[in-house]
Amino acid sequence: MTPKYLRLATVAVALLVFFAIIPLAFSASPYVLNVLTNALILSVIASGVWLTFAIGRINIAQGAFAMIGGYATAILSTRYGVSFWLCLPLSGLVAAAVGVVIGWPVLRLRGVYFSMISLSITEAVRLAFLNGGEFTRGASGIINIPRPDAISIFGITLVPEFDGTSPLPYYYLAVLILTLTLLSLWRIANSRLGWTFRSMRMNEELAASIGVNVAKYRVIAFAICCFIGGVGGSFFAAFQQNIYPATYTVNDSIFAMLYCFLGGLDYIAGPMVGAFLLVISFELLHPLQQYQPLIYALLMIGFMLWLPNGILSLPLFERWMADTAPRPEEGGRAEPAGAVSKVSSTGRSGA
Amino acid sequence: MTQMIVNGLVLGTLYALIALGLTLIFSIMRVVNFAHGQMYMLGGFVVYYLNVVFGLNYFLALLGAIVTVGLVGVLFEVFLFRRVMRIAKREENTMLLAMGTALLLESLAYVVFGEKQRGVPPIVDGVLEIGDAFLPLSRLLVMALSAVMIVALLLFVQYTRPGRAMRAVAQDKEVTYLQGVNIKRIGMLGFFLGAALAGAAGGLLVTVFAVNAGIGTAISVKAFLMVMIGGAGVTAGAILGAFALGFAEAIGYEVFPGSITYLLIFIGIIVFLLIRPQGIMGRTA
Repeated sequence: MTPKYLRLATVAVALLVFFAIIPLAFSASPYVLNVLTNALILSVIASGVWLTFAIGRINIAQGAFAMIGGYATAILSTRYGVSFWLCLPLSGLVAAAVGVVIGWPVLRLRGVYFSMISLSITEAVRLAFLNGGEFTRGASGIINIPRPDAISIFGITLVPEFDGTSPLPYYYLAVLILTLTLLSLWRIANSRLGWTFRSMRMNEELAASIGVNVAKYRVIAFAICCFIGGVGGSFFAAFQQNIYPATYTVNDSIFAMLYCFLGGLDYIAGPMVGAFLLVISFELLHPLQQYQPLIYALLMIGFMLWLPNGILSLPLFERWMADTAPRPEEGGRAEPAGAVSKVSSTGRSGA
Repeated sequence: MTQMIVNGLVLGTLYALIALGLTLIFSIMRVVNFAHGQMYMLGGFVVYYLNVVFGLNYFLALLGAIVTVGLVGVLFEVFLFRRVMRIAKREENTMLLAMGTALLLESLAYVVFGEKQRGVPPIVDGVLEIGDAFLPLSRLLVMALSAVMIVALLLFVQYTRPGRAMRAVAQDKEVTYLQGVNIKRIGMLGFFLGAALAGAAGGLLVTVFAVNAGIGTAISVKAFLMVMIGGAGVTAGAILGAFALGFAEAIGYEVFPGSITYLLIFIGIIVFLLIRPQGIMGRTA
């Protein structure tokens, strides 16, 4: 089989497994379904970060936007009685709007500067919710967020109410969100927009010189990233039915990046592979739970030392990945001791 | 009012020590030391254990913290950064490695030191009265010590051979290499000094604010803010940024309740970056 059909077959099998086989096999085991739901939505949130990597920005702010999405859902549904099904896209839009406002100035920064400010954004948003007074209820957070209600049109119930007896509805919804996210990202990556993003990652000046409106496109990429983060946060808010300023910390933002790296930044499926691998292996290694950050840290360091391009770059997966978007060789020869050129754009050829 | 100026000066001097360490590593290695705050935390804990638990003299404990944290920096450079910088095709890799080291130090600290807050009693007793402001003598001492260290570092960088080599590497690595400077040794020295400064700051500030294993990120964020205000990799910028943040904090805590101060500082900095993305003294990229 050519790589194209092989990949199509893989996607079909994956969909079948996620939509049919897993629910059938584990319908009696809420624990497994909860773990998988967790992994699915973490994959969604990390997929957003993947898009900012695509424009060459190291984004440590995703936790902040998941939190914004979560609080949007919490406030809209508990205070104004808005249905979850409206809250879900609205939360994404709120996160994207905040992303545009913050992103417009800070996206002018690059490389280390951008990552420093994005890490600070995670802290700033946490403080904002902590100091939100009655509106966000400070440290005590918002509890009793309602479950998704039923959707019915003309008296026909399309989606039954999530009554909390089984985690299966949440699981299906999570699979659906992830599928839509990956599909959109795949669509973006293979469109003109995707190539514009890639050109910006290689060399922003060059992209600008051939007429790409760099300022506009980087805000677009960031806004999509924040939208995805907001949707993920909204789901978690309805899934866990509570949210606190401490729900997302800097570590969560870093983990979202870690998932992308672990899977491999060159692949759309990278964040998903990374998130599933880590989340599931940690459930299997339950006794080690308390050492989770330590093991994550060692993994991060180990990957950078020995497998810097992620799991999907292993020869084992070569056939699947063979004809994904061609990527010109970048970076050139490393400089002595690997100095990064002073201009922080990653695509500059060294020496 | 006087109290605000006094507090701002004390904070600014101590923050300058933190910002200088970060900017030093950045200028030489082009690496943001994400573990800077965690190194600060480590410095604080080393002083706590040597001074409070083992009863060692405070100044010896401080020296111990400086050397320990400096060596951690050297280990990171030799075993991790050197290899990753050689093989990395993307800038992201070294940055993620730096975050990995931060997470490593923090999670190890949780395992080894636990979650408790640890503080060290003030070094000297007594309070100085300046007008209507109060300045505890131990804070004055801490401030003086950090000022001495800053001056010593600046003199070292300005007038010694290794210091000159460090400045040369910061300007142009290849050309310095061609002049026969041992780049690797300078990188190690830079990491040692940068980390040691973080350790020193932690060791000094532990007498004022208690440390806990999770304090690193907050300190790193402060260090990033200072460097962004002043301009990354510029010594004078780091000091300027430190005093700017120190005074902003001192004024904010006087006027606003709780953690709103930091929220306002963040908003202020985002607006500031809109006008001057490279910081006050930074060169344009």
